[in-house]
Amino acid sequence: MESNDISIWFFIGVLLTIYGAMILGYGVWEVITGNLANVVLANLHAPIWWGAIMLALGLFYGIRFRPGHEQ
Amino acid sequence: MLDIAITSTQTGSLLSLARLSLAEGVSSLAHLAPLDIAVIAIYFAMVMWIGFYLKKRANTSEEFFMAGREMTAWIAGLSFVSANLGSLELMGWAGSAYQYGILAAHWYWIGAVPAMLFLGIVMMPFYYVSKTHSVPGYLKMRFGQGSSTVAAFSFAFMTILMSGVNMFSMALVMKVVLGWDITFSIVISSLAVAAYVALGGLRSAIFNEVLQFVLIWGGALLVPILGLIEAHGWTGLKAQIIHNFPTQDYLHMWKGLGHFNDNPMGVHWTGIVFGLGFVISFGYWTTDFLVVQRVLAANSLRSARIAPVIGSFFKMAVPFIVILPGLLALVVLHNPDGSLMHLVGEDVVSAHPGAGLHSYNEVLPLMLVRYCSPGLLGLGITALIAGFMSGMAGNVSAFAAVWTYDIYQPLINKKAPDQHYVAVGRWATILGVVVSIGAAYLVMNAKGIMDYVQALFSFFIAPLLGSILMGMFWKRGTKAGGFWGLLIGTVTSISLWAWVKEDPSALRYVALSPDAKDMAENMYRALWCFSITVIVTFVVSMFGKARPVAELNGLVYGATKLPKEEPVPFYKNEWYWATVALVLFVAINVIFW
Repeated sequence: MESNDISIWFFIGVLLTIYGAMILGYGVWEVITGNLANVVLANLHAPIWWGAIMLALGLFYGIRFRPGHEQ
Repeated sequence: MLDIAITSTQTGSLLSLARLSLAEGVSSLAHLAPLDIAVIAIYFAMVMWIGFYLKKRANTSEEFFMAGREMTAWIAGLSFVSANLGSLELMGWAGSAYQYGILAAHWYWIGAVPAMLFLGIVMMPFYYVSKTHSVPGYLKMRFGQGSSTVAAFSFAFMTILMSGVNMFSMALVMKVVLGWDITFSIVISSLAVAAYVALGGLRSAIFNEVLQFVLIWGGALLVPILGLIEAHGWTGLKAQIIHNFPTQDYLHMWKGLGHFNDNPMGVHWTGIVFGLGFVISFGYWTTDFLVVQRVLAANSLRSARIAPVIGSFFKMAVPFIVILPGLLALVVLHNPDGSLMHLVGEDVVSAHPGAGLHSYNEVLPLMLVRYCSPGLLGLGITALIAGFMSGMAGNVSAFAAVWTYDIYQPLINKKAPDQHYVAVGRWATILGVVVSIGAAYLVMNAKGIMDYVQALFSFFIAPLLGSILMGMFWKRGTKAGGFWGLLIGTVTSISLWAWVKEDPSALRYVALSPDAKDMAENMYRALWCFSITVIVTFVVSMFGKARPVAELNGLVYGATKLPKEEPVPFYKNEWYWATVALVLFVAINVIFW
């Protein structure tokens, strides 16, 4: 690929960042309000840690493979 | 499509489940929150962004059909394995794991890994060095136009039909899981697929497959993680399965394969090893253009060789998100009254309407709903949608390439400017989607067609493998031998299928045992028609005149001078990683013996 092209990893980074932020945000809202979803193991707060993992991965790929950045 | 071809039982029943739900107006399994809808909408926006962005990189035929042969080993490898990771397969095999236990993992391990490694290490050099654009294209160079045309027409026909089946399946599953209108699902998915493949060609399809791969892991991985926590780990899971089902062996892969009667699938180890592990698996992973096309798009021979090796590692990991949820469901799913939930076949569900029963194929959605809160549920559903759509896109992009290179160019318009063929490819993509929609409605309105379509696809895999292997590894093979071998092998496959369809008791002759069950049929039929293809190719070739060895350079083992590859550190060497994959493959089979 040419260096000024957008890499697939950048697209993935953007998507994971958005999803991670949304899911983490929901998880935080759940904890603050105490309004837990009616799912099994809700006490483990999966949206918080799963959202955080996705957000971290998304930011890593989004920044690492941003357009114009030498890879 | 390997899984589609060999899991007609699961996918067929999944569709009958959907039909049943439609007929009875059963309420949907899941209800989406606004956050879930937003997650799905963002996925569609991303897909369209990728399509429009990549349009500028799809101007020449090499760019449109082969993604410019610029894919790195990682992208080609992920796309290669992702092209096979469709949602029907995920849902169907999770249901099979619930029904048959860990035995279902054979389709991910012995049914894939050896063939992927063989493709990368042994066969890829010939595909890549010959610079073929497709598998029928290789046959043309090796055996001439006749066998290429047989392979191209059968592939184009079946691929486009499978795309329609995929489209219809997605619409039905969305109806059952979410309560969405069928036409709405078909229109949205086909518009999206037509747009991004017609715009960006194979590169767009590959990008979306990699995206789908990430989504599937992101959306489905949470289920086994939370499931294992709930079941107190793997040890706790095993103990509870043995406690709940003391007479069933759900936990061994090879122990019960000594006799057809010793395992719930009714298969024998010879069928698993030679039928599934060799003919069906090698036929699919090394000759089905849908997957091979992804590797042909690699940016170098080394990338093309290492891509399937990378894919094999991920393939070995897929049971973690497919088979494990099925096993977990055996112990964690409970009825509202606290008793253990027993999933059943579609026939039982349909015999007891309103009883609140669930079928095997609902395992994955049930597990998603069990653990996933808003947002996470949307992610899981998006993963399923992405799986369906990239399956359609894979079919349509492969169809466009075969139609343009192997049918239109040699048979209709031999000499046209490159731009003309790109335009033909774009129109073939749109035409492919339109025909797929027609096929989707055809399947919807004609019960039973689904079973025929799935069986039809399996007709061509094993004979094609026989032809390709004879062409690639036997210098003496002739044009007539290749053509008649492929044709008679295909006819044999169809005949054996029709025989068993007409008289189910004939299975005892096809599978060589009165105890064989349905699952064994595909494996033994594949073995028979592969053998016949090889024998016919051999016999006919012996009566003809072989091509001069000089003409076989780049096509046949022993007649090809492979380009020297620059030395690389061991951790970038395909042989090193293939050996690691092989050791891992043996280890997991021994661990779960």
